[in-house]
Amino acid sequence: MPKLTVDGIEVEVPAGATVLQACEAAGAEVPRFCYHERLSIAGNCRMCLVEMEKSPKPVASCAMPAGDGMVIRTNTPTVKKAREGVMEFLLINHPLDCPICDQGGECDLQDQSVAYGAGQSRFKENKRAVEEKYMGPLIKTVMTRCIHCTRCIRFSKEIAGVPELGALGRGEHMEVTTYLEQTLHSEVSGNVIDLCPVGALTSRPYAFTARSWELKKTETIDVMDAVGGNIRVDARGNEVMRILPRVNEAVNEEWISDKTRFVYDGLKRRRLDRPYVRKAGKLTEASWAEAFDAIAKKLKGMSGDKIAAIAGDLQDVESVYALRLLMDSLGAPHRDCRQDGAKLDATSRAGYLFNSGIAGIDEADACLLIGVNPRHEATSVNLRLRARSRRGGFAIANVGPTLDLTYPVQELGNDPKLLQAIAGGAHPFAEVLKAAAKPMLIVGQGALARADGAAVLAAAREIADKLGLVKDGWNGFNVLHTAAARVGALDVGFVPKKGGRDVAGILDGATSGAIEAVFLLGADEINTDSLKDAFVVYIGTHGDEGVRHADVILPAAAYTEKPGTYVNTEGLVQRGLKAVFAPGDAREDWTILRALSDALGKTLPFDSLSELRAKLCSEVPHLAVIDEKPTAAWGKFGTEGAVEAMPFTLAVTDYYRTNPICRASCILATVKDAMSGDKTEATGTHG
Amino acid sequence: MSVHVIETGESFAFTPENEAWAKTQLAKYPPERKASAVMPLLTRAQEQRGGWLTKEAIEYVADYLAMPYIRVLEVASFYTMYNLKPVGRHVIEVCTTTPCWLRGSDEIVKACKKTLGIGLGETTPDGEFTLLEVECAGACVNAPVAAHNGTYYEDLTADSATKIIEALKRGEVPKPGPQVDRQTSAPVGGPTTLKATTGGNA
Repeated sequence: MPKLTVDGIEVEVPAGATVLQACEAAGAEVPRFCYHERLSIAGNCRMCLVEMEKSPKPVASCAMPAGDGMVIRTNTPTVKKAREGVMEFLLINHPLDCPICDQGGECDLQDQSVAYGAGQSRFKENKRAVEEKYMGPLIKTVMTRCIHCTRCIRFSKEIAGVPELGALGRGEHMEVTTYLEQTLHSEVSGNVIDLCPVGALTSRPYAFTARSWELKKTETIDVMDAVGGNIRVDARGNEVMRILPRVNEAVNEEWISDKTRFVYDGLKRRRLDRPYVRKAGKLTEASWAEAFDAIAKKLKGMSGDKIAAIAGDLQDVESVYALRLLMDSLGAPHRDCRQDGAKLDATSRAGYLFNSGIAGIDEADACLLIGVNPRHEATSVNLRLRARSRRGGFAIANVGPTLDLTYPVQELGNDPKLLQAIAGGAHPFAEVLKAAAKPMLIVGQGALARADGAAVLAAAREIADKLGLVKDGWNGFNVLHTAAARVGALDVGFVPKKGGRDVAGILDGATSGAIEAVFLLGADEINTDSLKDAFVVYIGTHGDEGVRHADVILPAAAYTEKPGTYVNTEGLVQRGLKAVFAPGDAREDWTILRALSDALGKTLPFDSLSELRAKLCSEVPHLAVIDEKPTAAWGKFGTEGAVEAMPFTLAVTDYYRTNPICRASCILATVKDAMSGDKTEATGTHG
Repeated sequence: MSVHVIETGESFAFTPENEAWAKTQLAKYPPERKASAVMPLLTRAQEQRGGWLTKEAIEYVADYLAMPYIRVLEVASFYTMYNLKPVGRHVIEVCTTTPCWLRGSDEIVKACKKTLGIGLGETTPDGEFTLLEVECAGACVNAPVAAHNGTYYEDLTADSATKIIEALKRGEVPKPGPQVDRQTSAPVGGPTTLKATTGGNA
């Protein structure tokens, strides 16, 4: 633990820390471009120069290890002069085109030149110009602005694990590009936009649409996967202009997937903005009163046993809870939130959570993947696994389809019977798990959404029990969800009541006539063909699968348009805020259900969101604990039984089209094309 | 210089001799650090390919060493010894770094340009000659120097440089080494030590 003095303040930093980190610990601000705390040290921008006693020259603080007894000064005239020199050289080959640059207003170079830039240039020669590079439909490049910090190169190599970015040429001729100007084949490529300290890499879909200072920033929660990534939604007026990550060390660190970042145009397309009622086989626009009337008329006198409800994947806990209360009051036992048919057991919370926590991956030393592709089902989890794998001492094996996860994985084969072999100790990987201090396993929804899903779940629990995955202070049994709403819906018990039907049962019942009315709350991942003959009420945001056979459509608010509680795959309760208003006549989901209950004469017992939340928290107390990773008690779950030999299939087969919002997004559609076809699109300068 | 355009050509693979030689290079490094052999392998690939590297050759070396393509292209574009554009049968590299420049490399460049009718970095239309400017060739004591396919011609003048190129054009092999009366880098005009040596240039 070296102790050093920074500007007269003595600080102690962990061994291996750099002088720059010591300066930060002492509260001294050090300008930097190439240094980033999550990337390796490059030391090539030279902006972080500080003065060190007994050193004849200023030192680059980001690359200098902190040593005991060092005396550092960050505010002397020498330091200022040195940094001004660096800045002058950086600006020599940087176009001063801030007025037409999208980074303007949030540019590190712009900000730091205020402190260290010269009032005027002494450079009379020609500036260098660099050709634009094609990096795919998401990243816009203006490479003349590049200052060669190499953050993007280090990100692609270290964090994303797709080493496709590099610097070609040398010296003045150095140019950052992808290999042969191909699309960056990564589902986290958008993060280089945030990393770029200048306007060289900016968002192509966001280009020239807004200025950072005219945006209203709302901190909320992502629903594209079950990780619950922390995001900031930037809106101008009532339009979402872009989505950026927020730092949450326990969840997404500071990365988000391209799907999370670029889905926002899907919020503006194919939206349901007014109620519809099917009249003579055709959906016609209606008022809220007409829509409620139609439902009340249909449900009047219908026995509760003929009514069913399915909750979708993007719902907030409040709306699912409100729908459950409505179903309770109608006496309908048929309700389910597991659209994919995953055999999750709602009775034991530990049986459907990612118990070790996402941050727990950092501590784990062995991992077994079961029918899961974390790269597509939860990109933030995959980045953690990759980071853990890079640190070494991490045995990771896969039972399921062969995967490219960007780090080496021992493929055990796609044979579910292997689970019993591992649990029995007959398989060599059983020894690895047994010997590990903090072993973990990750079960995917693909492994559970099959006929023998409950037996797979039980086999996984057996592995956890027998091979010491659950011990004092550590629970390595992890279920990785793909739906943001799933854990919350299971928490509020949105599963069939005694004698109730699950999703498959509801669909069957609708075909046979046993079910006459079905409520779909944003449920679009089912085949609604079997609902043709039933009376379908769709409450949701997009004209997607769910509305095909709907008889009444009630337009609802998307995740950016309502305050809501979301429980992520590890059971972490987070609250999102409302960034913009829902379009047209659309309303927040819980208000729709509250108004509908009134029309049905079964008025729900709350008049405001806070009343709803109070009732919810009194029934499910752990939902009141916000932003704190819970520990669930280990219990019995799953159904012991034979696991079929049929190979596992994955839950996510089409990464960019997993929910109605991303299916409506044009941006994500172009990414999908670019990833598969690699056609080189003409950029602005190519005409 | 546009560094990001590389040539594509026919598929590339080491000849059996080069393959055997590459194995001896790999043997120098631990298996997990075999990427260390990238530079000798690229050099050999360039020689085999006829003086320049194509996309296929770069990808072959990358696959051979289990490296990402971009990492090999970075190396190939960083060092000027790797040519990413087609070169002629005769590659003339003229050194223009300070010692050679002080000793008149400008004249050498001018003479080469005039004799070949091309500029620096260009290849004659018949594809025979390529003229390149290089940084310090490491033979400053015999400045100014130029190299033909790796063979050094030293102590050049505009006249001798022209003569060498004319000879190459005729298909002759001019005498390499110093073009003045001098043994390797010994003093001009003969040895000045007490013991004279025998024999010519190596």
